Amino acid sequence: MPDLLIELFSEEIPARMQGKAAADLQKLVTDGLVEAGLTYAGARAFSTPRRLTLALDGLLAQSPTLREERRGPKVGAPDKALEGFMRGAGVTRDQLEEREDKKGSFYYATVVTEGRPAAEIVAEVLEKTIRNFPWPKSMRWGAGSLRWVRPLHRITCILSDEAGASVVSLDIDGIVAGQQTEGHRFMGGGAFTVTSFEDYEAQLKRNFVVLSSEERQEAIWNDATNAAFALGLEVVEDKGLLREVAGLVEWPVVLMGDIEEDFLGLPPEVLQTSMKEHQKFFSVRNPKTGRIEKWITVSNIETADHGATILAGNQKVLAARLADAKFFWENDLRVAQRQGLSAWTDRLSNVTFHRELGSQAERIDRIAALAREIAPAVGADADLAEQAARVAKADLSSEMVYEFPELQGLMGRYYAQAAGLDASVAAACEEHYSPLGPSDDVPTAPVSVAVALADKLDTLTGFWAIDEKPTGSKDPYALRRAALGVIRLVLANSARMKLDRFIDAQLVRHKVKIIEDLRQDEATALIAEIAEHGVFGAAFRTVLEAGEERTNGFSSLEQVVPDTSTDLLSFFHDRLKVHLRDEGIRHDVIDACLAMEGSDDIRLLVTRAEALAAFMKTDDGENLVQGFKRANNILSQAEEKDGVEYSYGADVKFAEEDSEKALFAALDAAEAKITPAMQGEDFAAAMEAMASLRAPIDAFFEAVQVNSENSIIRRNRLNLLSRIRTICSQVADLSKLEG
Amino acid sequence: MMRRETGKTDMAETLPKPRSFQEIILRLQTYWASKGCAILQPYDMEVGAGTFHPATTLRSLGSKPWTAAYVQPSRRPTDGRYGENPNRLQHYYQYQVIIKPSPPDLQALYLGSLEAIGIDMALHDVRFVEDDWESPTLGAWGLGWEVWCDGMEVSQFTYFQQVGGHDCHPVSGELTYGLERLAMYVLGVDHVMDMPFNDPQSPSPLTYGDVFKQTEQEYSRWNFDVADTDTLLRHFEEAEAECARIIDAPAEDPKTGKRIIMAHPAYDQAIKASHIFNLLDARGVISVTERQAYIGRVRALTKLCADAFVQTEAGGYVA
Repeated sequence: MPDLLIELFSEEIPARMQGKAAADLQKLVTDGLVEAGLTYAGARAFSTPRRLTLALDGLLAQSPTLREERRGPKVGAPDKALEGFMRGAGVTRDQLEEREDKKGSFYYATVVTEGRPAAEIVAEVLEKTIRNFPWPKSMRWGAGSLRWVRPLHRITCILSDEAGASVVSLDIDGIVAGQQTEGHRFMGGGAFTVTSFEDYEAQLKRNFVVLSSEERQEAIWNDATNAAFALGLEVVEDKGLLREVAGLVEWPVVLMGDIEEDFLGLPPEVLQTSMKEHQKFFSVRNPKTGRIEKWITVSNIETADHGATILAGNQKVLAARLADAKFFWENDLRVAQRQGLSAWTDRLSNVTFHRELGSQAERIDRIAALAREIAPAVGADADLAEQAARVAKADLSSEMVYEFPELQGLMGRYYAQAAGLDASVAAACEEHYSPLGPSDDVPTAPVSVAVALADKLDTLTGFWAIDEKPTGSKDPYALRRAALGVIRLVLANSARMKLDRFIDAQLVRHKVKIIEDLRQDEATALIAEIAEHGVFGAAFRTVLEAGEERTNGFSSLEQVVPDTSTDLLSFFHDRLKVHLRDEGIRHDVIDACLAMEGSDDIRLLVTRAEALAAFMKTDDGENLVQGFKRANNILSQAEEKDGVEYSYGADVKFAEEDSEKALFAALDAAEAKITPAMQGEDFAAAMEAMASLRAPIDAFFEAVQVNSENSIIRRNRLNLLSRIRTICSQVADLSKLEG
Repeated sequence: MMRRETGKTDMAETLPKPRSFQEIILRLQTYWASKGCAILQPYDMEVGAGTFHPATTLRSLGSKPWTAAYVQPSRRPTDGRYGENPNRLQHYYQYQVIIKPSPPDLQALYLGSLEAIGIDMALHDVRFVEDDWESPTLGAWGLGWEVWCDGMEVSQFTYFQQVGGHDCHPVSGELTYGLERLAMYVLGVDHVMDMPFNDPQSPSPLTYGDVFKQTEQEYSRWNFDVADTDTLLRHFEEAEAECARIIDAPAEDPKTGKRIIMAHPAYDQAIKASHIFNLLDARGVISVTERQAYIGRVRALTKLCADAFVQTEAGGYVA
C-alpha cells in the first residue's frame, strides 16, 4: 500500500492562518479520497511559513471495484423505457438478464464501476482542494486567475512504496506537480528530489527547515528558557506569541538582548506590551524583583557572527520603541501628578462614545450617578464610588493608551496612584472593565464592583434605549458579555439589589438625553424617585402627570421606560438561564423560580434556584412536588368548573374526618416552620417543611371525597387545598416543574 | 551546525556598504534599471505616498504590461515634528517599484535589491510578515507583507487586488521602500538629520539636516498653525468640482476630432483634493465623523478617474 506526500510551496503564509490551513488541507484531501473509495491508515499535516504538507500512509493503491445490480422495466415494456434504462446503466441489450419474481418478469443489469488507480483520484481531489481552499483571505497574482493566500509556486505530490516513488500527474494553471522541493530561503542548498515522507522530512532538516510547528515551538521554548535560566531569569510565558513566532520561522534561532537601564523603570506591562506588539519579543523577567530585564527574539537564520548583527539591529529598533513608550509614560505621569486626572476627563467631552448616546464625558456623568446609587448595595462608600467612576476612563485620553489601547485600565490604575487618589479608586480604574470573558476574574473590592456594575448597566440600558439590541449572532457592542458580567458581579459578591430600579433610573437618564424638551431639575427629581422606588412608584406617576401638561416628553417616558426595562430584565434572565444551565440547573427549575416575585434580585433568584435544584435531587423533592400537584390539580379543576378562585381560607370547624383535621394540624405546624424560614431565606428548611405535608395530604385524599354534596364542606375543602397551594408556592411556582 | 552557501543564484552579490543617502537611491535606481524597469521621475504634485503617482494607481489598471521604478517625495503634514524627532518627517522619500504582471520571482528580485544596497543576506534576518494593504482614498487593497530586517520594517510588499474599485487583471506587484528609515539602518545613523546626504568625503559634505532641517521647521509651523483653512476648504471644493467637470466632458475633442478622455488631468485634481484633506487634518479642523465623509469624497473622485482611465488606450481600451 503506497504512502502519499503532498507539499504546497508558496510565498510566506500569514502566521495566524497556518495551523488551520494545515488542518483544512488534511480534512479536504482525506474526505475527498475516502469519498472516492480510497481509505488510508494514518494522516499528518504540517505547516511552515512557506509550505503546507500532508503525509498519508497506508493508502489503497486503487479504489475497489463496485458491482451494483439494477432492476429495469418489465419484460415486454415499450422499447423507449428499455433504452432509457440501458443508457442509464451503461449496458447493452445482450448484457441484460431476465428474471422472474412475484410481480412478473423483469430486466436486470449489473453495473460495474471499475476501481481507479490512486494517482488518478489523488490528482482530482488535490485539484479540487486547491481550487476551493477556505483561506480567510485569498489573492490572485501575475496574469493568472488561481487564488491562494499568497502566490503558490510549487506542488510536490508523490505516491511511494517499496518499489519507489512516482509523481502524481497534475497541472493546475501551469503549476505542474513534481517530486522536488527546496529548503530554507537563505540557508538551504537549492532544490532537491524527495522519495518519501521520511526522506522529505530528513532532507528538509538538512536544508534548515523544521517541518513541524510543534517541534519549532518546543525548540524555541527550550532554548529560550535555558538561556534565561542560565542568568537566573525566567521567560514570561505567552502561548499565543509562541505559536505566532513559530509561524514566522522555518529554522528558529533564539537570541537574547538587553533592555537599556534607561527603560527599566517603565511598568512591566508597558515593556511587555511594547515588545510583544511591535517586535514579537518574549519578555524575560527577574523572578526576585518581578522586573522585566531582558528580551528574547527568534530569528530565522544562523549567521557567521552568531546573530550579533541581528541582535544589534533589533536592539536599535526596540530602543526607539521604548523611547516612545518612555516619552508617553513620563508625559502622562507629569499630567497626572500636576493636574490630576480631570485634565484627561475634560478632554473626553470631545470624544464620541456613540452617535446616539453622546460623548464619553456624558457617559461618565451617567455612570458616576449610577455608581453612587449602587454603592450602598455592594458595601461601597458612595463618595468613593462616584469619584472612581469619574476617573475610571480618564486614561483613554492618555498618550500611552492612545498608543497601546490594550493597556486601558491598567494605566488608569498607575495614573490614579500618581495623582494620589485613594487605593480603592485606583484599583477600580483597572478592575471596572472586568469580568471581560468567562475566565476573567470578578472584582470583589466594593468600589470596583460598584463602578463595574454601573459601567455595564449604563452600556446595556443605553443600547436598549436606542433599540440596538443583539440579534442572532450579531452583538457588535458585546452586550451579552456585559449582561453576563453583571450577573457574575452580583453573584460572586452576593450583592442584594433590585436590578429593576437601577435599570429604570439609567434608562430615564438615557431618555432624558434623547428627549430634549425635558427640564433638567425635573429629570433629576424623576431619576432620584425611580432609583428609590422604581418606575411604578407613586411619585413617579405624580411627576409624570405634572409634566405631561407641558411636554409630551414625559408621556413618552411613561410609555417607553417600563416596556424597555421589562425587555432588558428578561434579557438578563435569558443570560442567567444559560449561566445556570452551564452549572447543571434544569431549565424548568429556573422557570419555576423566575415566576416568583422579586426576580430582579439576581442573588435571591439564584439562591432559590440552587436550593430548589438541590432539593429536587432528594426524596423530599418528589414528596413536595407530588403533594403539591395532587392538591393543585383537583383545586384547579374545581376552580375552572366553578369559575371562582378558592382563596377564602378554610376553617377547621367544618372538618369532618380525622385525616382532614390532621391535615389542618399539619398545615399549622408546617406554616410555623415555613414562615420564619422564609424570612431568613432558608429555602431548604422551608421546602423540607412543605415536603412533610405529603403524608397528611395523601391520607386526606384517601379518606376524603373533596366534592362533598354538602356545599359548605366542599367549599371548605377546596379552600383547604388552596391553603396547601399557597404554602407550597412560597419558594417557587411548582406547577412549572416537569414530571 | 554547518552553514550552507546561499542557495539562490538570481541574487546579486552583496556590494560594499554605501556611504550616503543618495548612494542608496542611486544603487536602487541602477539595480531596478538592470531588471528592466523604466526609471521614472517623481510626480510633480504633492502626494502622501508613492502609490499616488499615476504610474502606480492608473497604470496598475487595465491589461497592458507595465514596469517602472521611481523616487517619490511624499508629504504627511500630521507627521511634522519641526525636524526634532529622529525618524518622523512631514516630507520624506519613498522608493517605488511597480511591475505588471507581478513576476514569479518578485521576492527574489526584491531581496536582490537589498543586497545591492549592502544588506548581506547571510548576516541579517529578513522576514516577510503579514500586512494587508488598504487605501480608503484610492479605493484600493492588496495582500502582502511588511518586510522586516532585524526586526525593523524596511519595505511594504503588495500584490494589488483592486484599485479605484476595479479588480486588477493582471495583478501588479508593488514594492515601497521608506528611504530615510532604510538608509539610516544601512548607514548606522540614529537621527535622520545626521545622515550623510552626499558622500561624506566630498569637498562639501551635506547631511540630511543641512538639506531638510529648516524646511521641516517651516512646513511644520505652516501645516499645524498657519495654513488658511478657509482657503484650503475652498480649494478642496474646487478640485472636487474640476475633477468631476473634466470627467463629464465628452470623449470626442471638438478641436482635433479625436477621442481624448482626460483621465490624467482629472486624476491630478483628485490628488490635489487628497493632499488638501491631509492639510486640513493636520490643522485639526476635521472631526471624527467628517473624516469619513472627506475620505469618501476623495475615493469617489479616484473611482471616477479609474473608470475613465480604463476607457483610454493606456488603460487597455481597444476601439
